[in-house]
Amino acid sequence: MTSVAARELADGEVVFVGIGLPNLACNLARRTHAPHLVLIYESGAVGAVPERLPMSIGDPALVTGSLMVCGMADVFQLMLQNGRIEVGFLGGAQVDQYGNLNTTVIGSYQHPAVRLPGSGGAAEIAIHARRTLVVSKLSARTFPARVDFVTSPGMRRDGVTRHELGMPGAGPVKVITDKAVLEADAATGELVLAALYPGVEEAEVGAGVGWPLRCRPRLARIDPPTATELRLLREVLDPKRLYLRG
Amino acid sequence: MRDAVARFVRDSDTVVIEGFTHLICFAAGHEIIRQGRRDLTLCRLTPDLIYDQMIAAGCARKLVFSWAGNPGVGSLHAFRRAVEGKQAPLLELEEYSHFGMVARFSAGAARLPFWPLRDYMGTDLPRVNPRIQSVTCPYTGERLATVPALNPDVTIIHAQRADADGNTQIWGLVGVQKEAAFASARVIVVVEQLVDETVIRSDPNRTAIPGMIVDAVVVEPWGAHPSYAQGYYDRDNDFYLAWEAISRDPGAIERYLGEFVRGVPDRATYLAKQPGLAARLTAQPHLAGAVNYGF
Repeated sequence: MTSVAARELADGEVVFVGIGLPNLACNLARRTHAPHLVLIYESGAVGAVPERLPMSIGDPALVTGSLMVCGMADVFQLMLQNGRIEVGFLGGAQVDQYGNLNTTVIGSYQHPAVRLPGSGGAAEIAIHARRTLVVSKLSARTFPARVDFVTSPGMRRDGVTRHELGMPGAGPVKVITDKAVLEADAATGELVLAALYPGVEEAEVGAGVGWPLRCRPRLARIDPPTATELRLLREVLDPKRLYLRG
Repeated sequence: MRDAVARFVRDSDTVVIEGFTHLICFAAGHEIIRQGRRDLTLCRLTPDLIYDQMIAAGCARKLVFSWAGNPGVGSLHAFRRAVEGKQAPLLELEEYSHFGMVARFSAGAARLPFWPLRDYMGTDLPRVNPRIQSVTCPYTGERLATVPALNPDVTIIHAQRADADGNTQIWGLVGVQKEAAFASARVIVVVEQLVDETVIRSDPNRTAIPGMIVDAVVVEPWGAHPSYAQGYYDRDNDFYLAWEAISRDPGAIERYLGEFVRGVPDRATYLAKQPGLAARLTAQPHLAGAVNYGF
């Protein structure tokens, strides 16, 4: 999943990096095919080159050797709202049929069964990044037809498109899971099956989402991680298995 | 610290202890717990462990925030216990995104009533927080989201160094500390090091907070632990990991607060109880090149 996410990043792109697997994927890309990737963290580190895998997005290693450190008002106004972020990376406790993400509550807002952390910068990243990549493990609990709460908007909400709602960015064009890659259909905004991991069948992916999953006419097969990617992930980037567990 | 909190932090105040991962003033939070402040409205982008501790200690009536988790680890369980389930929540919430909170501080610092931002369309946040509103731009006709100014009663900022007048220099991640300080009625600055005014004047671009807005300067080395101070000590990630188990269990939180907060008179005693910190966390040198300020 991490190496598939890393391959989505082109060399030289400006990426808004979130905590967890996105962080790992961006640092893997930087050490393989995209050495000129510009990593921007919402904490204010721009062009970060962390020597250790940051446990948080405010790690001191993001500052040491970075191109710029700015305040958070600058991050959100001058970088994100200004349109400088090419790729935003998001995760979600729930992802729905149109790529709306929930990181706020499971159940009702007033009396939640599970209180999740909330938006952080995710809502505005989903609105402004020129495209968004979502990373989440596939399961029917995580991929319901409708999320309990829309923290970060996807392609469509109650029949209204994100363009009609006035969002500048293209939204969650790809959802990378541990079994398959889903893509937002250009016409409808619905997430459809686009590519399968080695050894995974269509039906297995369909069982992991809460809506009748449509497929692209031709499904791509995803290459397994290369020896180099595996070595970097396991021995260099995350030897303590902070993010690679499970 | 005892005097600054006694004098400037009152029951029912709106209190901000800012710092994004970096420079979170745990020493001030612990002193507020020791002095038994009640009914506080606590505001921060990321409540972090410090507000989880203050919630568990009964200091908070309301939380204003944008991301309430333990970064890279999991949950703030005292916070979750206060708001989850069928019972009436023990804590009132006012929730934004990071950009919303940053914009609230920007408005507060500029003494404007609100701040416009292109945000929140398609999200449920305005549905659960009626203070997120919108306005029509008089120039373009565009609908923009608005958030109200946040003007705290007191803001507490941790920093690397200040002079006796409170001219305060910060490097590394600077978060929203400057905006939060300018937005506030009262400002307490807590520093690793007190320096002479000539040190401040030798590098004026590094000054984030001018002494003219500062009410108290407290010198408290390691006052941000288990958060960090760039160039002084690293973040104590082991403690952030350990908080997951402590905060899951109300009895364990009580024992922690009893031993490390209420059971110690001051920060120095807190540090003396953890003799390995300096060896484990002291920062390696990575010095900046000097620049010429001459004319």
